[in-house]
Amino acid sequence: MNGDAQLRTKYMNNVLQQTVDSLRERFGDAVEEVREFRDDVIVVVGRAAIVDVATWLRDNEACPFPLCEDVFGIDAWTRKQRFEVNYHFFSLTCKQRIHLKVRVEENDPSVPSITGVFPGAGWYERETFDMYGITFPGHRDLRRAYMPEDFEYYPLRKDYPLMGIPGALPLPNRG
Amino acid sequence: MGLESALGEGYLTTQLDALIGWARKNSLWPMPMGLSCCAIELMSAGDPRHDISRFGMEVMRFSPRQSDVMIVAGTVTYKMAHVVRKIYDQMAEPRWVVAMGACASSGGMFRSYSVVQGIDQFLPVDVFTAGCPPRPENLFNALIKLQEIVQHSSVLDYRNSNEPIIVS
Repeated sequence: MNGDAQLRTKYMNNVLQQTVDSLRERFGDAVEEVREFRDDVIVVVGRAAIVDVATWLRDNEACPFPLCEDVFGIDAWTRKQRFEVNYHFFSLTCKQRIHLKVRVEENDPSVPSITGVFPGAGWYERETFDMYGITFPGHRDLRRAYMPEDFEYYPLRKDYPLMGIPGALPLPNRG
Repeated sequence: MGLESALGEGYLTTQLDALIGWARKNSLWPMPMGLSCCAIELMSAGDPRHDISRFGMEVMRFSPRQSDVMIVAGTVTYKMAHVVRKIYDQMAEPRWVVAMGACASSGGMFRSYSVVQGIDQFLPVDVFTAGCPPRPENLFNALIKLQEIVQHSSVLDYRNSNEPIIVS
């Protein structure tokens, strides 16, 4: 059992290594950083390249990633590039998972939308916009997903208080 | 009336309060406002083991126009608060509200920008119930307290008859 699990891990790492090598070869400097954390491979890519990288990951022959599992934001707060958009892709044929990250600065929090590649990512991008205020040019219908449409803040940003801003969300009269 | 002269002035009207209160308290039709896990306990309150019909309350009405007591069972977000209030406003008077569980009573563990910290901020609550979620027995305890409120409230001014009750 144990030996089998080790073999599988080794095989999976080889496949992912090839994918990462191909990414580096094809996109060059756009692949800013490759890290590994607890058997997950994290690739930091430049903002301009995200749509091309996603398209290539979906369509490549060796290990295609046709499933966009999640897109979400991170507020790193003290870092120079404050916001980060994370993408999780899954390969159904190779049983592999790859994580992409795009970092953006506070004064220009926008990342090109990948809805042209993965239409299902539209919901996740709306959620990210709702919670962090990161815009996704190319998204067809970028509205708030959870909060009321006239809400003025982005509640998962670190500078938003935990209990909210009094009066930001109106309540009905007690009557 | 002949009866009034035999029984004394005002006797019939005071007893009418008691009679109508008795009839109301034994036929409270709940509006199950189930918003999260408390609704599961509310459902099990209706099962044969706990049997909410012992109190004349088995008629869960999913229309606010036919119900007397709204059991707010679960977490009320700021967005949902408007819906809850709209449903409450559609209920015919007399109407009562039971805040079931910690979330409805105080926000519970959701100390967050999105959750209303107690539905008494926008609804007149008659009974608060502790528990996360409360067992059906605890809900019945709250409903029996509510029955006492209904029994002793005045027909003409039922709203101002009682202070809210907290049931642990």
